[in-house]
This record gives sequence, C-alpha cells and structure tokens, in this order.
Amino acid sequence: MTVRSDVSLVRPRSKLQLMLGREANFGDLAFRRITALFAGSVIVLLLWMAWEMGLASRLSLAHFGLGFITSTDWDPVRDQYGGLPFVYGTVVSSLVALVIAVPISLGIAIYLSELAHPKLRGPMGFLVELLAAVPSVVYGLWGIFALAPWLRESVEPLLAKTLGFLPLFQGPQHGFGMLAGGIILAIMITPTVSSVSREVLRAVPAALREGAIGLGATRWEVVRVAVLPYAKSGLVGAIILGLGRALGETMAITMVIGNRSEIAASLFAPSYTMASVIANEFTEATGQLYLAALAEVGLLLFGVTVALNVFARLLVWRVGKMPEGGQL
Amino acid sequence: MFFARRALLVLAAGAAFACNKPAPAEDKSGAGATAAPVPSQAAPIMLNGAGATFPNPLYSKWNAEYAKAFPNVKINYQSIGSGGGIRQIIAGTVDFGASDAPMKEDESKQAPGKLLHIPTTIGAVVISYSVPEVTQALKLSPEVLADIYLGKIKKWNDPKIAADNQGAKLPAKDISVAYRTDGSGTTNIFTDYLSAVSPEWKDKVGAGKSVKWPVGLGAKGNEGVTAAFKTTPYTIGYIERAYATQNKLPMVELKNKSGKFIAPTTAAMSAAADGVEMPPELYVSLVNSAGETAYPITGYTYLLVYADAKDNAKGEAIAKYLWWALHDGQQYSEALDYAPLPAKVVTQVEARLKELTAGGKKLL
Repeated sequence: MTVRSDVSLVRPRSKLQLMLGREANFGDLAFRRITALFAGSVIVLLLWMAWEMGLASRLSLAHFGLGFITSTDWDPVRDQYGGLPFVYGTVVSSLVALVIAVPISLGIAIYLSELAHPKLRGPMGFLVELLAAVPSVVYGLWGIFALAPWLRESVEPLLAKTLGFLPLFQGPQHGFGMLAGGIILAIMITPTVSSVSREVLRAVPAALREGAIGLGATRWEVVRVAVLPYAKSGLVGAIILGLGRALGETMAITMVIGNRSEIAASLFAPSYTMASVIANEFTEATGQLYLAALAEVGLLLFGVTVALNVFARLLVWRVGKMPEGGQL
Repeated sequence: MFFARRALLVLAAGAAFACNKPAPAEDKSGAGATAAPVPSQAAPIMLNGAGATFPNPLYSKWNAEYAKAFPNVKINYQSIGSGGGIRQIIAGTVDFGASDAPMKEDESKQAPGKLLHIPTTIGAVVISYSVPEVTQALKLSPEVLADIYLGKIKKWNDPKIAADNQGAKLPAKDISVAYRTDGSGTTNIFTDYLSAVSPEWKDKVGAGKSVKWPVGLGAKGNEGVTAAFKTTPYTIGYIERAYATQNKLPMVELKNKSGKFIAPTTAAMSAAADGVEMPPELYVSLVNSAGETAYPITGYTYLLVYADAKDNAKGEAIAKYLWWALHDGQQYSEALDYAPLPAKVVTQVEARLKELTAGGKKLL
C-alpha cells in the first residue's frame, strides 16, 4: 500500500507542469501566471477581509481588549459587549452537528460506495446531494414548525428521562435551543460530508478490496481493513468541509437556537452563535461602539474558523502519518 | 432607543381623533384641498430611500400610488432597517432615510448637514399569546406585563394575572416568553414602554432595539414570533399590529395610564398621539400616553431628510413627495394597520416642510 503524504484532494503541482519544466513556452508562462493570479486573489481577499474587520472593530478592540473574549455580558443598551456566549454557541452547536452528522454521513458514503446495488447508487447519491441544495431558510422554517415542536414533545422528555443524570439533558424543554440548532446543522452538513466521503471511498483502488476479499474478509472487514484506512485522510477532509459549513451557517440556526447570549451546560437551553448575532443586530445597530463590537464578533468568527481548520489540518496530518491498514 | 430618554410632554387633552383631513394650508400649487404640489414634469427623477422595516408596507403603498399619480418620479425604498437607514443618509448614499427611533446625538453630529425628522405615520406594538384555555381577550396591567418579561411572573394562573381577568380560565402552565432577537423598532417601542411603566425594567434592562432580555426565547422577526405562537402553546410575545391582524392572533387589552383596558385599535393609536404634544424637533415618544382611550404601546416612525438639499431637483421632488404623503398618503394607513397623523401634527409637519431648502432656496 502506498502512503499518501499529502492531505488535499488536489495535488499542488500537476504532472504536466513537471514534465514541461518551468517556462516551457510563452503560452504556458502566461497560463501559469494567470492561474497564479486567481489563486493569489483568494489569499489577498482573505487578508483584506481580516484587515477590514480589524479596522472596523478597532474601537471595540481598544475599549474592551481581551475582556471581549472572556466577558459573557452583551448589553447594547449599556454599551457593554462580551463575545464569549457567541463563541461557545458557535463551537458547541457545530460539535453537536458533527457528533450527529459524521456517523450518519460515513454510513451513507459506505453504503453508496460499497454496499448498495449499483442501480441504486446513482439515484440515492443524487437525492443526498439534493439536500445540499435546499436553501437554509427552508431548513429554518422546517425547524420552527416541525423539528422544535417534535423535540419539545417527544425527544427532549425522552432524553431527560433516560439520560437526565447528565447535565447535558436537564432543565426546561422549549424545543428551541442548542439541541435543535445542532440537529439542523447536522442535517445541513450531512450531504456535504457524505458526498465528499463517497467520492473519497470510490477513489480507493479496487485491488485493495479484491486483496482483502481474497484473504477471506467479510464485507465489513473489507471496509474496516482495506477501504477506511486508505481513505481516512480524505474522510477527515470531508468532515472539515462539513465543519466549515456548520461554523458559518446563519439563517437556519438563528431560527431555532433560541438566541440568548448565555452559556448553559444543557443542550435544551437556548444559545446564540456568532453569525446569528451579526445577522440579527447589524442592520439596526446604531452607535460606534456597538458597530465595532459586532465587527469584532465577525473577527472572532474568522479567528475561530481559522483555529478550528488549523486544528483539523493538524489532525489530518497526524492521521496521515499513522500506519496504514488494520488487522483482520 | 431613545423614546425613554425624551421627557414625555403629556397633555390631558381630550381625544379629538385624528382624521385624514389635511389642515388648510397655503398650498399654492394644489388644485384641490388635498392635492400635493405637482412635481416638475421636466425630467424623470429617481429618489432612493432606505431604512425602517416597520413602516415598509405603508411606504411601498405610497410609492406605488405616487408613481401612478406622478409617473415621472420614481421612488425606490429599501427596508434595510433603521440603523442602516441612518448610516446611509449620513453617508449620503440615499436621498432620504427612515427610522423608527429618532437619531442619537452622536449620529446627528456625523451627518454633513442638518437632518430633519419628519413623522409619517403611527404604528402600534401588540401583545399576543397562545393560551388555548383563554377565550376572551386577555387583560394585562403594565406592572404584570413587566413582571412577566422580568421573569418574576412565571405561571399563567398567577394571582396578579387572574386579578385583571376575573372569570377567565387560566391554566397552571409555565409562561413561555418570546422576544424579537433581531434589532427592531418594534423592540424599541416595546422596551421603551416597559421602561416607562416599570422602574425595575428601566434600571435592569432599559430600552433599545436590542436589549439583554432577562428571560425568554429569541425569535427572528415578526414572523418568527408569530410562528412561536403557532408552535408553542402558552407563549406570550409582542409583534407589530399588522402581523397580529393578518394572522388573526388574539391581542391583549392593556391597561393605559388612565386605568382603562384598551384594545389596540387605530382609534386608540390616534388617541395616544393626541395625548402627547409634539415638540418643535418633531419627534417624541408616544408610549404610555395619557389620552383616556390611548393604547399605550404606540410610536411615530420618521423619514430623515437634509434640511438643505444638495441637488435642487431631487430636493424639490422629496419635499413634494413628503407633502403628498402628509396629506394624500394618510388615507392608506388604516388599511395597513397604521394610524394617520393627528391634524395638529400635520400642521406642524407642514410648517417644517416649508422650511426645506436646496442651496438656500425654498422648495415648497
């Protein structure tokens, strides 16, 4: 088995480029420069956005300093701003979403790439991808009218009864709250994670499967021993894509998370995310410090996203370095 | 967020209901009593406005009607929120702004010129609820409403609620409190009212477009709160009057300053405006008005225009549009759940519109 050292799905340098060498002719040179410009524009845009947000939040940065990240007090009337509840809400709702979505998505991907009847694969894959095309406001409406009442009347009482000894499942049951937010996000990221994972699994060479079958492995053993280990760095990449969507999602989660800037241990309790507070309050925000504080929440979201992505990349890198293959 | 900070100049005036009748004015160009000054027919003019969402249905109606009457003037209004409206008129990217709350002093200072507030209509915020057991309109006192939103009254069968609702079947259920989570003029008027009637609210929470709510769940927009009534039993919440009437939601009868329980009718909204004298700056809070039949959670909404317009043609078009809105426009308010401006306010606004200039030259 080959060891895949790189993590991304696309290799940074193409074989063609290596074959041609540098500046093979003018056309290639121009082509290289233009595509480099496109790639570079992303970096410029990113830095520019960070710069602009830093500039917009200057007042708040100077006024609150580090206290902005540690304070839980968000009170526009008194011009007191603290972003911790939003950071907490964003991170925890995304984690809840991953906990729910990752096993389901991997299940979907494995079924579609390994187990499903070939005739089923196409239509089912298409349906899963269709979920990704549903606008988030539609998920939000569904969350308000279907998910939240169902959670309040059925799921939350059941969780409180069976797992109520955990602080996660205590307190008043509104339906709206962190759990509803996490579930909505999970539904929204499932198509992304599962369709990318399916592509990753499909890319596993058939020889590996055949080899495992030849050694007498069952279907499950083929997946566990031959397919998953080969694909794991790609799978983690798929999960990171899902995480990115969960962190930035605004509309749907705003509609179901309850929007209270509080930190509560219970998943039943309402919470608030960084993207939501910006969307909710920016249009009507007046006053310099208020606007600066909202911009700083944006900066913070930027920071959290970068931090989580770096963390996930490191994770992929570690996973990639681990020995390949499992034991029968 | 400032209604509360303005002193309420309260008149114990009788409720002379406002009607659409325009005050007799020296309307030189008008053919009839209500005719607006006719915009110049020369070149088509495009006016851009942005701001409050609260009066958007009325402004849309106005713009459509105005376009019918004067096809060479096209008015484009974007309901991006009061905060955005104020920012854009200061930046000069729009020809007029719109806001539910008057501008703050530090905002006025940023503007390159003097900005005027022009009250356009009166809106109300209603308290609605979903308590299946309660069949008649629920009655609430201001203190009780404040205590519910402060989290001090937690059950629907609380003796304080029962005291105002003799004979009503109140269930022993937890009150689920809903509030608007997006910054809004609706929230501003509502919290302004709570601050006016409850010292504890004023002290702990205060008034603003977004506040730190002691209890409850945040729903996005009027539609979000409306959805909360439909999906969550035993909810109480506040919404714009139009949403309550369109969705046929029950509306709380609130005890006003005179001790009467008043339903939010347009007459009661006009009565609220009659009970408060309009100061020369043309903005004032209407909450907790002293009018005997006044509904207490009521407020003006404003258009913001520069006293001295940069562009003569545009300035003239705006002045004429405002004049039209002040007279002909008022007839559309009631059908859209707003109340027309009282006659005496119309007179005051007329005087202000006549002061509008472009490059020092009078426009009307």
